[in-house]
Amino acid sequence: MPPEFSVRVGQALDNERLRRNIRRTMDGLVAKRRQAFPDTHELTVLRRRGKLIRGQALANLPDLLLELEANCERNGIQVHWAETAAEGNALVLDLLRRQGARRVIKGKSMVSEEMGLNHYLEAQGIQAVETDLGEFILQLAGERPSHIIAPAIHKDRGEIAALFAAHFPEYPHTEDIEGLTAIARRIMREHFGQAVAGLSGVNFAIAESGTLCLVENEGNGRLCTTAPDIHIAVCGIEKVIARLDQLPPLLTLLTRSATGQPITTYVNLISGPRREGERDGPREVHLVLLDNGRSRIHRDQQLRATLRCIRCGACMNHCPVYSRLGGHAYGTVYPGPIGSVLEPQLQGLDRQGELAEASSLCGACGEVCPVRIPLPGLLRRLRAEGVGDGPDAGVPGQGSRRKVLHRLIWSLWRQAHAHPPLYWLMTRLATRLRRLLPIGLGPWARTRTPPVIAPRSLHELARAEGFAHE
Amino acid sequence: MPHSARVYFFGTCLIDLIFPQAGLAAMRLLRREGLEVIFPQGQTCCGQPAYNSGYDAAARAVARQQLATFPEDYPILVPSASCAGMMKVQYPKLFAGTADEERALHLAARVHELTDYLARVLDWRRPDLGPPLKVVLHHSCSARREMGVSGAAADLLARLANLEVVEPDHTHECCGFGGTFAVKQPEISAAMAADKAAAILATGARVLVGQDCGCLLNLGGTLAYGLTAKGLTASPRTPDPQAPVVKHIAELLWERTHAP
Ligand code: SF4
Repeated sequence: MPPEFSVRVGQALDNERLRRNIRRTMDGLVAKRRQAFPDTHELTVLRRRGKLIRGQALANLPDLLLELEANCERNGIQVHWAETAAEGNALVLDLLRRQGARRVIKGKSMVSEEMGLNHYLEAQGIQAVETDLGEFILQLAGERPSHIIAPAIHKDRGEIAALFAAHFPEYPHTEDIEGLTAIARRIMREHFGQAVAGLSGVNFAIAESGTLCLVENEGNGRLCTTAPDIHIAVCGIEKVIARLDQLPPLLTLLTRSATGQPITTYVNLISGPRREGERDGPREVHLVLLDNGRSRIHRDQQLRATLRCIRCGACMNHCPVYSRLGGHAYGTVYPGPIGSVLEPQLQGLDRQGELAEASSLCGACGEVCPVRIPLPGLLRRLRAEGVGDGPDAGVPGQGSRRKVLHRLIWSLWRQAHAHPPLYWLMTRLATRLRRLLPIGLGPWARTRTPPVIAPRSLHELARAEGFAHE
Repeated sequence: MPHSARVYFFGTCLIDLIFPQAGLAAMRLLRREGLEVIFPQGQTCCGQPAYNSGYDAAARAVARQQLATFPEDYPILVPSASCAGMMKVQYPKLFAGTADEERALHLAARVHELTDYLARVLDWRRPDLGPPLKVVLHHSCSARREMGVSGAAADLLARLANLEVVEPDHTHECCGFGGTFAVKQPEISAAMAADKAAAILATGARVLVGQDCGCLLNLGGTLAYGLTAKGLTASPRTPDPQAPVVKHIAELLWERTHAP
């Protein structure tokens, strides 16, 4: 069993190198985003549009998915539906087996992480090769991504150099970024040349045209989707948008929020396999649409906002909790604020409900989210569902975080604060017995000098100074 | 801007028991501007601690008591952006679809955070009677985001001629208080507080001022304790003799403009 959340938190906070790496990169990404949106009015307008486009798509989700399926099929993209991660894995395996593939080259895909695809394929004797540089590094290290767009952000150059030296002793040792990238490129190029199968994620699936949009900076995504005979795209069902003309505003929001880039180096629009007379491109393109709990989230009007996410990572970059822990401490595929909102809904509050508590509700995430997901509000909603006080949307594990002691404390608190005479009595006692109260105990006082209760409450002082009471 | 002659004052539970001097200073400031300040004795807590913990029913019961306590059509001034945000932004959500919705909306519409009311409605200006002083201003997240009033505190301080006002590095970042968060996730909270405290110390200011006593409780307690090893800028667990004194902005404004 993996260690408890609090244990992982302690380990992350104690790891100074990790904290330095994360903090430095997060500060960098925050600064880049700020520079990318110099005009706050433009940003306001764009965010409103982004929210609207994604919100409309979700409002019409069933219809749009059918439209997407029909138009993809017309383009020659074969569409498959997977209700669970296990179904998705089996579908991918089947496609690879039919192709006789022993290996699949992969572009970056968080949905494939969510499915646990690499692990599953390895167990079936098929090697999954990550070709995104960050993912490639993590595959060498045997680690999971710690950030959704910059997966190896927790590692510094020295660590990466050591990893390369251990795995590729035939190359000269270097700590130089260019040098390391050159080594990775040489190794990957061999894979690209031989691969019969490629797999990628999808950033947006456009219903009206049956187009899959994929953004990236390294060109590996384009190779994965064009060089092999078969390209399999895995995609959450929420990624669909209605029209092609809605793509530019979303793209600019995505890339500027994520890395501060006006646009990524590569924007791939995939609209089908190789056509008659064409000289390159895959012979088959498959789209695997994964539900895995999304339609359940979709049923609740408030929680549905979770699905607007365009996976830019800005919420984690700006999160004071994420920027101190990094992604691994969360113990989930999706870390940071969006992870703390999504994972308890996907995996259940009984398993991941504590993540909803891992926030001071400072609001930084909601402030930067390009599609204006009210992340703090959703965290709070999940806390309520966890203790069984929410409006009930069938979030799995609902009520599982209810504790007898906590209920008792809150009910005493409620009695004291809903009935002024009781409140006066309590505050009178507290101010008179202030030196006797065990206020210096508990986790608060482990790192802070405990507060001192005043000798007279404001209620008393206000009266003494002659302020009217009604 | 015309303003009501009578105002309600909602002191907040934290100020009531721990920082009553801040509440009193705020009420004196308002009274000196010619307002009749009403402090209803039936007030208790805005309900936020339970609300943020997901105990909606308890939050509603306590919030309902405040709805009953501030019935007249007067502005309700709150010396905390966090509690003001609860009443102004969250009450309408908490009571949506209930019998109390209308009362909640009526109350929410009248809530003002103190510094915002002083700076924008009263256009508060008084000669600075204090000696030259360097203060570091901490903005609460509620002031900055939920209420969007963090400019007001800076404006008020800028109107005092002898103050030098600075902000800490990473000023936009949360201090790690977050109400029950500080108790439920004590390590993360402590790490955030330690970084913020280190940034505040680095300014060399003698006074730390803010408009939310939650943050001040957290930062004052951390500064007095000394930074822990979990703060990235590790230092021994001894309080820094240079650590600033912590004050609510109302106290500072009153002290510096009030001739005894
Ligand atoms: S929740 Fe918003 S900010 Fe976070 S990754 Fe998704 S779109 Fe980006």
